[in-house]
Amino acid sequence: MNELLLLMKHELAITAIIFILLFIKIGGWITGQKMLLLIQVLLLLNTAIGFMWVQEGSLFGGLYKTSLLTVYQKNILNLGVLLIAFLFTPWFKQCVNMAEFFVLLLSALLGLFFLLSSTNLLMFYLSLELASIPVAAMVSFQLPGKASAEAGVKMILSAAFASGILLFGISLVYGATGTIAFDELAALTNTSNLQVLAFVFLFAAFGFKLSIVPFHLWTADVYQGAPVATAAFLSVISKGAFAFVFITILYKVFLPLQAVWYPLLLALSIITMLVGNLFALRQQNMQRFLAFSSIAQVGFILAAISSNSVAGASAVLYFVLVYVFSNLAAFAVAGMVLAHTGRKDIGDYKGLYQSNPFLSWMLALALFSLAGVPPAAGFFAKLFLITAGAQKASYWYVIIIALNLVLSLYYYLRIVRAVFMDKAQEPMAAIPIPVQVKIGLIVCTIGIMMTGLLGQVYDYIVAIS
Amino acid sequence: MNLLLLILIPLVTALAIWLVRTPQQVRLVAFAGAAVQFALSFGLLGAYRLARAGGNSQVFIFQQQYQWFPSWGISFHVGVDGIAVAMIILTAFIVMAGVLVSWTVTKMTKEFYLLLILLSLGAYGFFISLDLFVLFFFLEVAVIPKYLLIGIWGSGKKEYAAGKLALMLMLGSALVLVGMLGMYFGSGADKTFNLVALSGQAIPATVQQICFPLLFAGFGIFTALFPFHTWVPDGHSSAPTAGSMFLAGISMKLGGYGCLRVAVYLLPAGAKAYGDVVIVLAAIAILYGAFATMLQRDLKYMNAYSSISHCGFVLLGIGMLTQTALTGAVMQMVSHGVMTALFFAVIGMLYQRTHTRQINEMGGLMRVMPFITTVLFFTGLCSLGLPGLSGFVAEMTIFTGSWQNPGSFYRAAVIVSCMSIVVTAVYILRAIGKVAMGPLPKQFELLTDAAWYEKAAAVLLLAGILAIGLAPGWLNSLVSPATELIMQKINATSAGIK
Repeated sequence: MNELLLLMKHELAITAIIFILLFIKIGGWITGQKMLLLIQVLLLLNTAIGFMWVQEGSLFGGLYKTSLLTVYQKNILNLGVLLIAFLFTPWFKQCVNMAEFFVLLLSALLGLFFLLSSTNLLMFYLSLELASIPVAAMVSFQLPGKASAEAGVKMILSAAFASGILLFGISLVYGATGTIAFDELAALTNTSNLQVLAFVFLFAAFGFKLSIVPFHLWTADVYQGAPVATAAFLSVISKGAFAFVFITILYKVFLPLQAVWYPLLLALSIITMLVGNLFALRQQNMQRFLAFSSIAQVGFILAAISSNSVAGASAVLYFVLVYVFSNLAAFAVAGMVLAHTGRKDIGDYKGLYQSNPFLSWMLALALFSLAGVPPAAGFFAKLFLITAGAQKASYWYVIIIALNLVLSLYYYLRIVRAVFMDKAQEPMAAIPIPVQVKIGLIVCTIGIMMTGLLGQVYDYIVAIS
Repeated sequence: MNLLLLILIPLVTALAIWLVRTPQQVRLVAFAGAAVQFALSFGLLGAYRLARAGGNSQVFIFQQQYQWFPSWGISFHVGVDGIAVAMIILTAFIVMAGVLVSWTVTKMTKEFYLLLILLSLGAYGFFISLDLFVLFFFLEVAVIPKYLLIGIWGSGKKEYAAGKLALMLMLGSALVLVGMLGMYFGSGADKTFNLVALSGQAIPATVQQICFPLLFAGFGIFTALFPFHTWVPDGHSSAPTAGSMFLAGISMKLGGYGCLRVAVYLLPAGAKAYGDVVIVLAAIAILYGAFATMLQRDLKYMNAYSSISHCGFVLLGIGMLTQTALTGAVMQMVSHGVMTALFFAVIGMLYQRTHTRQINEMGGLMRVMPFITTVLFFTGLCSLGLPGLSGFVAEMTIFTGSWQNPGSFYRAAVIVSCMSIVVTAVYILRAIGKVAMGPLPKQFELLTDAAWYEKAAAVLLLAGILAIGLAPGWLNSLVSPATELIMQKINATSAGIK
C-alpha cells in the first residue's frame, strides 16, 4: 500500500486535484478568481510533491514502472502545467468554465504520466487515449469561436485516426510476437516484413502526436484555432511526453529494427525541420507561426533520437526542459497580447517595445532561446541535439541541419524586428501584467538563463538517462 | 592574472547599467566599466610580459579550466597567448572609444549601452577561450547585440542591413559549427572540444581537408572573405557610430582571429592544402574592395569597402603561411581595428554636425573643425599606409612575409595586392581633400569643433595608431613568438606528409 502511494505519487496527486476541483465545482463554493488561485496553489503543491520521496520500482505485475528517469520526465511536465496555470491567467479569468478546463487538462496530464510509466503496449494505448481525448475538448474550449470548434473536430479526427493506426500496429505486433510487454518484445522483434509493417504503423501514430512531416497537417490549424493555453499544452507538454516515450519505444522495443528506422529518422528529421522552417517564414498569425516553429523543433529532436545513444536521449530530455521555459514564455506573451487587445497577427506586434518593454524583452528572450542564440539555454539544447545527431551522420547531414538553424533565425528575427524596430500606425496600449504572469515569466527567464549556463542540470540528466 | 575578470567586469557593468536610472548615470557606469577594463587589459599586457620574461614557455598562459558539460568533454577553459593579448588590448581601446563617442545617444540610452557592453563581453570571451565550444558560444553571443544595435539605432536601410548581417554571420557560425563537430568526431579516440588537447592530436588529413574550408569560410564571413563580404557595406554604413566602430574594429577581427587560431592552428595540413585558394580570394578582396571604394560617394560606405580591402590583407597574410606574414596579419588586425574605428568615429562626428555623409556635399571643414579634420587626415594617411603610422607597419610586414614564399604565384599575388595601395591613395586623398579643403558651404559656417568626449575618443585611438606606427617593436615581440609556434606546427605537418 505504502509502495503504491510512493511510486504512483505523481498520478495520485493529479487524481486528487481532479476530484477536489470536481467537488468544488459541483458544490459551487468557490468561483472565479479564487478558484484560479486555488488551482495555482494546488498545482504548486503538486509540483513540489513530484520532487519529494523519489523511489524506483514497478507495480501491477510489471505493467507500470517508476524510475528516476520517469520521475524527472513527470516533473518537467508538472512544471510545465504549473507554468501554464500561471502564465495564462488573463485567459483563465475570461474563461467561463475554467474549472472544467483544468479537469480536462489534468486528465490529459494523467494520461501522459501513465504513458511515461507504461511498460506494455496495452497500458501504452490506454494512457495515450486518456491523453488525447480531453485535449480535443480543450481545443474547442473557446466556446463562442467557430475556429475553435473547427480545430476541435480536426484534432479529434486526427487523434482517432492515429489511434486506429496505432491499434492496428499493436495487433500486428501481437500477431507477430505473441506478446505486448516491452521487455519481452525487445527480445522478439526482428526485421521480418510483418514486424516492419507493424513498426511503420506505430511510427505513424507517433508521427501524428509529434507532428512529424508528413503527419503534421493538423498542427497549424489546431494551434491557430485553439485557446492559447491549449496550444501551449499541446506544443510543450504533450509533445515533450511523446518525445520521451518515442525514445523508449525505439531504443527498447524496436532496437533490432535500427537498420529500418535510422535512415527513416534521418530523412524525416530533415524534411520536418525544412517544412517547419519554410512554412514558418510566411506566417502572419502568431499561433500558427509558433505551430510551424514547433514542427521545425521536432526535426531537431528527431536528429538527436536517430543517433540511438545515451547522448541523444539526454539531449532530448534536456531540450524538452529548455523548451518548456522558452516556448511557454513565447506563448504567454502571445496570450497576454491576445487577451488584452484581441490581436493575434505578427504585424500587430509592431512597436510593442514602446509600450510594453517587459513583455517585449520576454518575447525576445524566448525567441532567442528557440532560435538557439546564446546565452539562452536553447543554444545549448540545440547544439547538443545537433552534436548527438552528428555522431554517425555524414557532413552533408550536419550542414543541412546547420543551415536550418540560419533559416529559423530569420523568422524569429522577423518578430524581434516587428517588436523592437518597426513603427506602428496605432501602437498597442500598455498591457497590465497580473502578478501571477509576472512570476511565471520570471521563472521562465531564470529557466532560460540558468539551465544552460549551469552544467549540473545536464550532468544530472545524463546520469539518469 | 585572472582572465575571468575580463568577462566579469563587462557582466557587472551590464548589470549596473540595467539597475541605474538616468541616462547620465548609464553613461558614467558604462564609462567606468570600460575604463576598468582598459586598465585591466594593460595590466594583462604587463603581467603577460612579466610571465614570459620569467620563463613561462607554455603556449597559453594564465590558464583556468572548469568543468562545464563533462559528458560532452566541454570545459570552460581560458588562457591567452600573445595574439590574444594583442586582440584584447585592441578591444579595450575600441570599447573605451565607442563609449565616449556615444555620449550624446539619447534614444533608449540604457539599452544602447547595455548592448554595447554585451557585445564587448562576447569579444573578450571569444579571445580568451581555449575550448572550441566556449569560443563558439562567445562568437554567437556577439551576433544579436549587433543586430539590435543596427536595427534600432541605425540609419538608412537599417532593418534590411541588420537582418542581412545577422543572417550572414549566423551562416558563418553554422559553418564553424559543422567544422567544429567534424574535428570533434574526427580527431581521434577521446572526443574533445579543447583547443589545447586538439592541437596536440594528429587530426587525420582527410578530416582536415573537409574541416578547414568549413571553418575558414565560416570565420571568413566575419572578416569579409570574398565572396561573403556583402554584409559589410550595408552593415557598417547603417550602424550607429559606435556600432560601426565595434563591427569593423572588433567583430571583423573575431573572424580573423578564428581563422588563425582555429582553422590554421588546429588544421595545418588543411591550411597547406587550401592556402593558395585563400590567397586568391584575399587578393580579389583587396583589389575589388579598393576599386569599389573609389566609386563610393558616402563616407561610411567608403570606409566599409576599404575595410573589405584592408581585411583582405589579413587573410592574405594568413594564406601565405610564413611566420612574418602571420605576424603581419595579426598586426594588420590590430592596426586596422584601431584605424577604422577612428575613421568611423570621425565620420560620426562629421555627420552629427553636417547631417550628411555625402563627400560632395562637404567642403572646407578644416576651417570650422580643425581638430576633427586633423584626425581625419591622420586616419586617412594611416589607411593609405604612410610610414610612421600603423597601416604601413602592418602591410609592410605582410608584404615582406609574403615575398618570402618562393614561386611566381605568391609573387604575383603580392604584386596584385600592392597595386591596391595606389588605389587607396587615390580615394583617400580625394575624399579628405574634398571634405577638409576648398570652399566652405555657407550652412556649415557655424559648426563647432569636437567636444571633450569626442576629443578623448579620438586621442585614444590616435595614440594606438602612433604606438604601432612609431614603435612597432612591442607588438611584434608580443605576437611573433605565438606565430612562431603556429609555424612550427605547420612545418612539422609538411615534414610528416613528405
